Amino acid sequence: MAVTVRLFAHLRERHGFGETTLEDWAGGSVLDVWQRVTGEEALPAHVLAAVNLDYAQGETEVADGDEVAFFPPVTGG
Amino acid sequence: MSVELRSEPFDPWRELPAWQARAFAPGSHGATAAFVGTMRDFNDDDAVSSMFLEHYPGMTERALEAIVDEQVAAEDLLGALVIHRVGTITPGEPIVLVAVWSAHRREAFAACRAIMEALKSKAPFWKREERASGSRWVERNTPG
Repeated sequence: MAVTVRLFAHLRERHGFGETTLEDWAGGSVLDVWQRVTGEEALPAHVLAAVNLDYAQGETEVADGDEVAFFPPVTGG
Repeated sequence: MSVELRSEPFDPWRELPAWQARAFAPGSHGATAAFVGTMRDFNDDDAVSSMFLEHYPGMTERALEAIVDEQVAAEDLLGALVIHRVGTITPGEPIVLVAVWSAHRREAFAACRAIMEALKSKAPFWKREERASGSRWVERNTPG
């Protein structure tokens, strides 16, 4: 059971990695993934999350093989 | 409908007629609205020498396509083209082109604006500016 986790922009720089794999994923939510990879209890209000390239919430369930991403507010255009 | 990410500079005023000529027969549409966003050489009263536009390959295209599809349906568009830069950009270079085609002006104006505003709030892009004082991630958009 594995989950890929990706961080973008200043989150990647702050936490020191752009991509990692949770090899022993036993199920859980986006918030659980955040806690595992950052050691932080809460998902900061401004941090956005996606599962398999679609926006997700902290309570969204994460399954084996999923890709979970966290990123700051978007600033394109 | 077309969504493209470009890592090299592009000229929106060549792209628009080229796409239009491929997509439509003459006389098939009555209105075209276009928005071009261009990089400035200042922000927050500080000089900016260049900018890096990071994106999330796969999700960025998917988000842009969803934004375009929603407006095509909402405003009954005949066509829509979005081109967005990624990578290193220097002042004066276009960042984004949004162009839409419809039967009448109301739908074209509305959809062009709606696509641009949705892109600013939903499409995964992040700007890092290079300034005299150092490198800085842009934290928020200017109000629309």
